[in-house]
Amino acid sequence: MRHLLSTRDLGRDETIAILDVAEDMAGVADREVKKLPALRGKTVVNLFFEDSTRTRISFEAAAKRLSADVINFSAKGSSVSKGESLKDTAQTLAAIGADAVVIRHHSSGAPLVLAESGWIDAAVVNAGDGTHEHPTQALLDAFTIRRRLHGRAARGKGLDGVAVTIVGDILHSRVARSNVWLLTTLGASVTLIAPATLLPIGVREWPVTVGYDLDDALAAKPDVVMMLRIQSERMHAAFFPNAREYSRQWGLDDERLATLGADSIVMHPGPMNRGLEISAGAADSAKSTVLEQVANGVSVRMAVLYLVLSGTRLAGERPATNERTAS
Amino acid sequence: MTETIIVRSARLSDGTSGDILVRDGVIAELGTVSSPADRVIDADGLLALPGLIDLHTHLREPGFEQSETVLTGSRAAAIGGFTVVHAMANTSPVSDTAGVVEQVQSLGDAAGYVTVRPIGAVTVGLEGKQLSEIGAMANSRARVRVFSDDGKCVSDALLMRRALEYVATFGGVIAQHAQEPRLTEGAQMNEGALSGQLGLAGWPAVAEEAIIARDVLLAQHVGARLHVCHLSTAGSVEVVRWAKARGIDVTAEVTPHHLLLTEQLASSYDSRYKVNPPLRRDEDVRAVREGLADGTIDIIATDHAPHPVESKECEWEAAAFGMVGLESALSVVQTSVVDTGMLDWADIARVFSRVPAQIGQLAGYDRGIAVGAPAEFTLYDPKASRVFDTSHLHGKGINSPYLSTTLPGRVIATIHGGYATVLDGELVDAETISRHSAVQSGAHHG
Ligand SMILES: [Zn+2]
Repeated sequence: MRHLLSTRDLGRDETIAILDVAEDMAGVADREVKKLPALRGKTVVNLFFEDSTRTRISFEAAAKRLSADVINFSAKGSSVSKGESLKDTAQTLAAIGADAVVIRHHSSGAPLVLAESGWIDAAVVNAGDGTHEHPTQALLDAFTIRRRLHGRAARGKGLDGVAVTIVGDILHSRVARSNVWLLTTLGASVTLIAPATLLPIGVREWPVTVGYDLDDALAAKPDVVMMLRIQSERMHAAFFPNAREYSRQWGLDDERLATLGADSIVMHPGPMNRGLEISAGAADSAKSTVLEQVANGVSVRMAVLYLVLSGTRLAGERPATNERTAS
Repeated sequence: MTETIIVRSARLSDGTSGDILVRDGVIAELGTVSSPADRVIDADGLLALPGLIDLHTHLREPGFEQSETVLTGSRAAAIGGFTVVHAMANTSPVSDTAGVVEQVQSLGDAAGYVTVRPIGAVTVGLEGKQLSEIGAMANSRARVRVFSDDGKCVSDALLMRRALEYVATFGGVIAQHAQEPRLTEGAQMNEGALSGQLGLAGWPAVAEEAIIARDVLLAQHVGARLHVCHLSTAGSVEVVRWAKARGIDVTAEVTPHHLLLTEQLASSYDSRYKVNPPLRRDEDVRAVREGLADGTIDIIATDHAPHPVESKECEWEAAAFGMVGLESALSVVQTSVVDTGMLDWADIARVFSRVPAQIGQLAGYDRGIAVGAPAEFTLYDPKASRVFDTSHLHGKGINSPYLSTTLPGRVIATIHGGYATVLDGELVDAETISRHSAVQSGAHHG
């Protein structure tokens, strides 16, 4: 794998192969010495144009467990915000000798631009770009679902027949986009639930079922309910009237939690707004995978860094130029 | 002394062929010419089109000379077959006073490659708050007739109404950049299924169509003339068609890039495809082509928008909007509407020369290539084919969406004011041009 830019470009076999490598990596976390020498001598740069401590420390832990050297470059508040361009930053990192750049950027498509620019030869891993994609989050979500369903026998399996309902701000969510492509590629059926203002125009052309009513969606007994974070600035831009109304219509409260099937799970990419999109009861219930997601995130990111830095060619991996056509 | 030029065996857009004699800045003879000449241009197999007129050009001077100057933009125009460009008002200072428009005009005269007609701002500083000195610009040496806040929409309905009424006083026209600002806050590309997938904020068609609908109704109400800049959606074509059917005095333009390119190109996040209004869907491209063919859309205009390299060499959201278009315009028009059989070359002469001259109130273009008309024409080889690259660009901007693509046609010569600005497919040097241009203005005024 040369880069990881989006889940839209990933095929089923390739995705399962990444998840299987992540299973191997998860084994390392269970050992007394949580470290492999696999990436010794490699330099991973965490290039964050947006604050995200959670994602950064997850990538940092992943790189360190593989013995890579890690440089954290927070572009926010540095020379970058004073007009230094992505190009200059990339060329600086190339000069430093970065082997992989983990990039978080507020602008959709920035990781692709970086990967194709010729400014730097490093592997590029998208750690979230604008409102476009967050592929490692979708991989860790798929990994988490697969483990809950199949436990230690998860290797080699997809998510065929699994019903996943994603609730919240689909319009601005890179997590939702990456999950839609990845989960459907793995055979899951995905339902998106949100007020109409928070669904992108054209969402009905996506390979999903779209609805407005959370209670209807829960009555269909989905295997997985994934709640998305609602950002407070959305309230001020007329996407919905206020937090109370949002919470009443689209929040996973204790009553709705009680209607879920016995084996169903509740996911959230974090950080959570307890009491807004998810109640404390739901967040802390046995159905919640929130902390598993965090732990699995490290394993998945280890797998991704390992694969892009070792140049391993995966089963079913397509050439980088082979764009996936619209579904 | 001005040059005497004989063009041998050119094909005219009406299908006839013959020689063209240029003497003293005018077309002196057509047919078989036997008079002596200083220069003979063999135009066998070439098409002679009346000088192209661009109603929508960003020349960037004064203020943004790192992007383009009047001279470099004029050179880009000449090599594209243009003899007139209209310089948009979003300069710095803004072209909202007689002083600035006169400066732009005299820079154009000094450069000498094309006639430069300044466009005046509708509102002071393009701020959409207060009318600029429209009368002073109209009565200045630049005789401004087209007024536009292009880049920004005159979104305030009352201000737009007043502007439409006020320019009528001076026989002018408002060229509106139709973009409802609230509906396009942070907009990056056409809003639709693709923008949703790419995670780029959408620029909905309705933001253009709603303003055009409002403006044609305002124009009808006050009995004024309206021009719509760079119309880009199927819905806009329908609104203009409806307005014309009602007898409303509206004209509309479409850019070459909206005739050829679609939003799919944004999937690469390559910012050369970032433009305002954005590239639209296939069905919009079809609709604007049909609108141009049936006369709903009156003219083609380039919206040539040069930017320095660093404004495009970055992530999509950080990149500037706009494409250069003068050098590629005729080739793009050929491939999109001529080679597809929708318009013939006589139509191109109409939509890219005669009607833009009417809208801009320019004399001398009403008859095209005719005896006694000013010698303003271009010789074009429609059978040529070239892989378009930066060597074909002659302004300062290289932000062309056509680089590395194959385009048909090539401008071989351009005659402006009776002298050649392009010969053998190459620009004539600036010194020769300014010498000719000085003689030319001496002949006119002295
Ligand atoms: Zn404009």
